[in-house]
Amino acid sequence: MLRDITIGQYYAVESRIHRLDPRVKLMGTLIYIISLFIAKGIVGYVVAGLFLGVIIRISKVPLRYMMRGLKSIIFILLLSVSFNIFLTEGTVLVQIGFLHITKEGLILAAWMAVRLVFLILGSTVMTLTTTPNNLTDGLEKGLGFLKKIHVPVHEMSMMMSIALRFIPILIEETDKIMKAQMARGADFETGTIIQKVKAMVPLLVPLFVSAFRRASDLAMAMEARCYHGGEGRTKMKPLCYRKQDLAAYSILVLYLVSVVVLRFI
Amino acid sequence: MSIKLEHIHYIYEADTAFPVHATDDVSLEIQDGEFIALIGHTGSGKSTLIQHMNGLIRPTSGVIYYNGKNIADEDFSMKELRSKVGLVFQYPEHQLFEIDVFADVCFGPKNLGLPKEEIEQRAKDALKMVGMDESYYTQSPFELSGGQKRRVAIAGVLAMKPEVLILDEPTAGLDPRGRDEILDQIAELHKKSHMTIILVSHSMEDVARYAQRLIVMNKGKVVFDAAPAEVFRQYKQLEAIGLAAPQVTYIAHALKEHGFEINTDVTTIEEAKQEILHAWRKRGC
Amino acid sequence: MNLIKVAKLIFEYTKYGEEGEVVGTSRAIDNVSFDIQKGSFVAVLGHNGSGKSTLAKHLNAILLPTEGTVWIGEDDTKNMDALWDIRQRAGMVFQNPDNQIIANVVEEDVAFGPENIGVPTRDIWTRVDESLKAVGMTAYRKKSPNKLSGGQKQRVAIAGVMAMKPDCIILDEPTAMLDPHGRQDVIRTIHELNRQEGITIILITHYMEEVIDADRVIVMDEGKIKMDGTPKEIFSQVEQLKKYRLDVPQVTELAYELKKEGIPLDDGILTIEELVNGLCQ
Repeated sequence: MLRDITIGQYYAVESRIHRLDPRVKLMGTLIYIISLFIAKGIVGYVVAGLFLGVIIRISKVPLRYMMRGLKSIIFILLLSVSFNIFLTEGTVLVQIGFLHITKEGLILAAWMAVRLVFLILGSTVMTLTTTPNNLTDGLEKGLGFLKKIHVPVHEMSMMMSIALRFIPILIEETDKIMKAQMARGADFETGTIIQKVKAMVPLLVPLFVSAFRRASDLAMAMEARCYHGGEGRTKMKPLCYRKQDLAAYSILVLYLVSVVVLRFI
Repeated sequence: MSIKLEHIHYIYEADTAFPVHATDDVSLEIQDGEFIALIGHTGSGKSTLIQHMNGLIRPTSGVIYYNGKNIADEDFSMKELRSKVGLVFQYPEHQLFEIDVFADVCFGPKNLGLPKEEIEQRAKDALKMVGMDESYYTQSPFELSGGQKRRVAIAGVLAMKPEVLILDEPTAGLDPRGRDEILDQIAELHKKSHMTIILVSHSMEDVARYAQRLIVMNKGKVVFDAAPAEVFRQYKQLEAIGLAAPQVTYIAHALKEHGFEINTDVTTIEEAKQEILHAWRKRGC
Repeated sequence: MNLIKVAKLIFEYTKYGEEGEVVGTSRAIDNVSFDIQKGSFVAVLGHNGSGKSTLAKHLNAILLPTEGTVWIGEDDTKNMDALWDIRQRAGMVFQNPDNQIIANVVEEDVAFGPENIGVPTRDIWTRVDESLKAVGMTAYRKKSPNKLSGGQKQRVAIAGVMAMKPDCIILDEPTAMLDPHGRQDVIRTIHELNRQEGITIILITHYMEEVIDADRVIVMDEGKIKMDGTPKEIFSQVEQLKKYRLDVPQVTELAYELKKEGIPLDDGILTIEELVNGLCQ
């Protein structure tokens, strides 16, 4: 039931991609997304596809596992493809009633599909090869410059990491509360929408009460362990760039440049 | 009234490389009016087992009969089963949600679709059964003490008029007096209302005081199913699975080793006292 | 040498009515004074609502006295400049194992305290290694806390406190939510820390079998200290303890009952051995 949901889809293997600094992977994902919008023509997309293929290969995450991420967007994919097929003006190939399929529409839809698939795969590589903790650390450090304009970067990343820790606990708790209420004859499955919403009250009240209690306990425990914000804090595992990270950056820049060049020749 | 379990297997994560056998070929029969204690350490499968008894979990394989009817049958009413086999979970915080105590206890009977008068009568009766008087009716369940919350949670299940009452560690986190009060209350329910009681517990001392039958689980299997004194006789096997007999059992055995003529089947302080006094006087010193 | 000194401590909290109006104050701790010696193992007993947890929270400045003073070493807990120093020296472990673990990996959670007080990275690693070893959790250092049992989580929490190099650890009902196995594990761990590392332990509990090996037992009721002595002294007063909603181990109660029947036995028998010896004389 509820316990089947997994949060943070980290795929635990050792690979060169896994070992990269999370900031590199964050930046890499950004660069890759940008490149997808710059790329043009078959050559451009072949380069983007090859690049992605090589990265996936190095990451040692099975392609099939990677493809799972696509399932969730299949609806959006079909929708955008059909919009492009049916709504683009141009040379009409087939006419079905008021719908027509154009040559331009087909081409556009194909590009769109490729772009979306690459985009999802590209960001999946990042989430599959980076632990949620690492990602939080990367965001905190990578966005550190925002502190100067008083964006609470440390606090936000602390919240993210606490949320990651408590989500599985609260999911388990939801399961228990549901069972406790079902034992008193509560019915969460049948009935009209209004009845279903009403049936959630006996679930949500205990869950919220418990979540608030946990939050207050945790705040006290953190204070008892001298937590007082990010000021003067050291780190057990500070992020620092190593040689391979710099190499990865160079490759990324090289890739971006070649996509840009390919667009204009 | 009886609950009969036949070869119950429950396996989760069956599709992974490490399937977990939470219950492994469990067969039991629970008769009307028994006071049963179910014991086993965390992960022994006792929680999974009790959830089978009121249909919250469906077995991977095996059959459960309630009064001779297979509960997996199409025409079997789950709602009725859940009202007849009441299950009180460990933490009352997981079920209390209403604005006041009385409304919370009404939740169960309301779900059974009873008329308003009947619902309120049942709630009143249930609260009385757990010793909560009218002054508590309008209090918020969240402001009660740990012991009182537990009483209200039990009343919430009693209001459904169950024939079998299953309690999952009803004394966890309570102080000694609170623990005794709750257990005495449960013993009284058993005596006065002739309810079948299944008490899940960690404490052999508590179990020895109240239960007539003791079921010990380990790694999803039932390892003992007998009267407490009989189970405690095997205290060495109990230790092997990380459990222990009550302290008095050990006292009796130690005394016997030192030459006391004493029946080692004692399970409570009162019994031990009588046995020791008897032996002491016989020795004439 | 006294590590903790509590003098005439009073703690009151305000009660609010349904509309948020003040309806009065309630006294959770009522004029309590005591000292705790460095290196000792002190158990504080009391039923739920006796004020023992409130008292514990005063010992590392989570709560501040309404009246009276609490000193940790030389520092008054009201002195805000010494706050982080006090919390580093008097570490605290709470009841619910889930609600005090912050990080998603065991070793990172142990590092949380040292990170907060600005320990350099390299020293953090040594401290984490040592602390995990001291509580016997080294094998689990890379694991997610969610995969651990209750007793293991509490040991991680203890390691988290140890990593701050405290003088004393205050444990506020650390075993209330654990099964007997986990309970034994935690109690054994804190005894080891007390003996081997010389850490002062203040254990708050209502399980009698956990206090038998303590150096000193303090019994609280209605916010006051009602009894204070060695386990033997305390457990010889069975009736008194029952009055405070407490209990005694089975062997102690049995010995007490036998004595009432005229068998000559010592007061405050705590172990099976003592009872057997007493009866076989």
